Amino acid sequence: MDYGFTEQQQEIVNLARAIAQKKIRPVREHYDQTEEFPWPIVEELRKVGLFGVYLPEEVDGLGGGNLELVLAAEELSKACGGIALCVATSSLCALPILLYGSPELRKKYLPDLATGKKLGAFNITEPGAGSDATATKATAVLQGDHYVVNGIKNFCSTGKDADTYVIFATTNPNRGARGISAFVVEKGTPGFTFGKKEEKMGIRANGTYELVFQNCKIPKENLIYKEGYGLFIAQLTFDYSRPGVAAQAIGIAQGALDETMSYIRQRKQFGQSISSFQAIQHMMADCATQIEAGRALLYATVRAMDASNGPAIRKAMEENKVVADCMNELDTKRWTKESGMVKVFCSDTAMRVATDCVQMCGGIGYMRDFPVEKYMRDAKITQIYEGTNQIQRNEIAMMMIKEAASKSKKDLVAA
Amino acid sequence: MHIVVCVKQTPAATQVPVDAATGKLKTEGLPYGLNPWDEYAIEEAIRIKEKLAGSTVTVLSLGPARAEEAIRAAIALGCDEGAHLVDPSFDGTDNMGSSYLLSLGIRKLNAAKPVGLVLCGKQSNDNESGSVAPALGAWLDWPSVAYVRKFASIDEKLAKIERAAEDGTDSLEVDLPAVVSVIKEINEPRLPSLKGKMNSKKAPVAKWGAAELQAEAAKVSAGGRLEIVGQTPPPPRGGGIVVPGATAQEKAAFVANKLKELKFI
Repeated sequence: MDYGFTEQQQEIVNLARAIAQKKIRPVREHYDQTEEFPWPIVEELRKVGLFGVYLPEEVDGLGGGNLELVLAAEELSKACGGIALCVATSSLCALPILLYGSPELRKKYLPDLATGKKLGAFNITEPGAGSDATATKATAVLQGDHYVVNGIKNFCSTGKDADTYVIFATTNPNRGARGISAFVVEKGTPGFTFGKKEEKMGIRANGTYELVFQNCKIPKENLIYKEGYGLFIAQLTFDYSRPGVAAQAIGIAQGALDETMSYIRQRKQFGQSISSFQAIQHMMADCATQIEAGRALLYATVRAMDASNGPAIRKAMEENKVVADCMNELDTKRWTKESGMVKVFCSDTAMRVATDCVQMCGGIGYMRDFPVEKYMRDAKITQIYEGTNQIQRNEIAMMMIKEAASKSKKDLVAA
Repeated sequence: MHIVVCVKQTPAATQVPVDAATGKLKTEGLPYGLNPWDEYAIEEAIRIKEKLAGSTVTVLSLGPARAEEAIRAAIALGCDEGAHLVDPSFDGTDNMGSSYLLSLGIRKLNAAKPVGLVLCGKQSNDNESGSVAPALGAWLDWPSVAYVRKFASIDEKLAKIERAAEDGTDSLEVDLPAVVSVIKEINEPRLPSLKGKMNSKKAPVAKWGAAELQAEAAKVSAGGRLEIVGQTPPPPRGGGIVVPGATAQEKAAFVANKLKELKFI
């Protein structure tokens, strides 16, 4: 379907597709099996400039928005959701710096993330703080011109392979949720090391690690925004980034269906292609319909988000201000509900489609030497990370109740 | 150094049908792209540019209006600007005419900014003659080397290069300016970057016709020099043979029989 992309957006799609199909597809099984980090692919993505498509030109990005990021993520995920994650985690690291970072912090960290010279990672999770981020135990104590961080963060994607990390620690344990702060930490900072590498079901090309902080000194300037704003920063970041997970999910679903279509058209049983059986046809029709519905919701949402967020981001660049402050000044809409909807819908679609694809392929679909089972393994994480789909539904419902309450209040005033 | 890369826009297809009635290739409606061999020339030009500070790369192409796409594709990869030789009177010229026109283009570029090196792909994937680059050297009266697989070193005055030969490699020193055609082994072409793609849309591409080039009509016209007797697509490649047999002896016997059958032994 023609979604009316600009010339630049179409170039992003073409280029991401070329890398996905020519460079990633032939090696995805290798990285899935070995769990090595796909450095040669990262190098390709770097050279063509796919890391910074969504970042402003002022920080060496291409000047696009969330739609540009989503288009790249979808195309790369069609070939391999795990390798696509290498771009995605860099954006998850860049976004809090873009949205809440000072102009100095933006200037220091975003250009290298935009060019892909450095990879980024983002870590809010702890063993005791998953969906409940308010339970964060890692601490950051201000001592003179630096913070001293202690604690363990876990489940960090691109864990050991990134250079720039955004992490969350409490600067005031007495204040609970309002005591959590966000920091930029560079790899190699004394006291910052890596713990356990997780063995995962899917997205195995991207290593997931534990981050260990032992009296790690971080310069004071690396605090993002202000103390106690950590959860606000995380929430605004997720509002912006969840469509990226949705794009990964839609890419995985489409990739699985493409592989399945080429197989079921040539697989013969009872003397004919299995694609000629209505039982299969209905499954493939449902898969394609759900994918297109998810894609349409995804593009419509990120377009609306870009139109809404764009002016605040531009204002912040031009006036040397913090983006979130400009959003407040311009009364920019919060996208929690819509970005949650996109993430839920597309990731649930991906899981359902990938499962049906394995089913359509039958026995061979379950085998490791056939690509479809990997899509099913990779799809699962999209329902879990950046907020489980259950948490998304909570947030969607909460926003609905808030909106309904404010509407009835307005009606009351009007009456 | 000012490097000129000559590129050709050719059908981006491996099988081009032949019109049985006219005996000519049916190129209408085919997708067009950069001649694959030219991609290696472009890549080498960009690599030399990256090595020699202050270098620029100009893309030169002879062809109809659509050939500008090939020029912009080369600019997207990292070339700086383009020159497009386009004129109705250029249509249907032969390799002599093509190389003559390209030489005029290069003289014009050379007059504006002295050219140190001209790079070409070894041949095009449509006509496959491989004669344009050497002829270009002759028209310009510059040294020309075809089938080059490596630039061992290059400075403003001298290039040390390796030319692939049937029985090995020739190591040559070439005074610059020179015309060099390259083969696939020389490098691995890069993909265009997004910024390159966006820049390529704005980059200057000069349009030069017969008047601007002061081309002599007799040298352009193919009349009398070339007659195409007929064209056929190459025969399809035959499949391989799976050697049957449970043991090494059985397999060896099969291979031996096959070789005898083919009169190799």
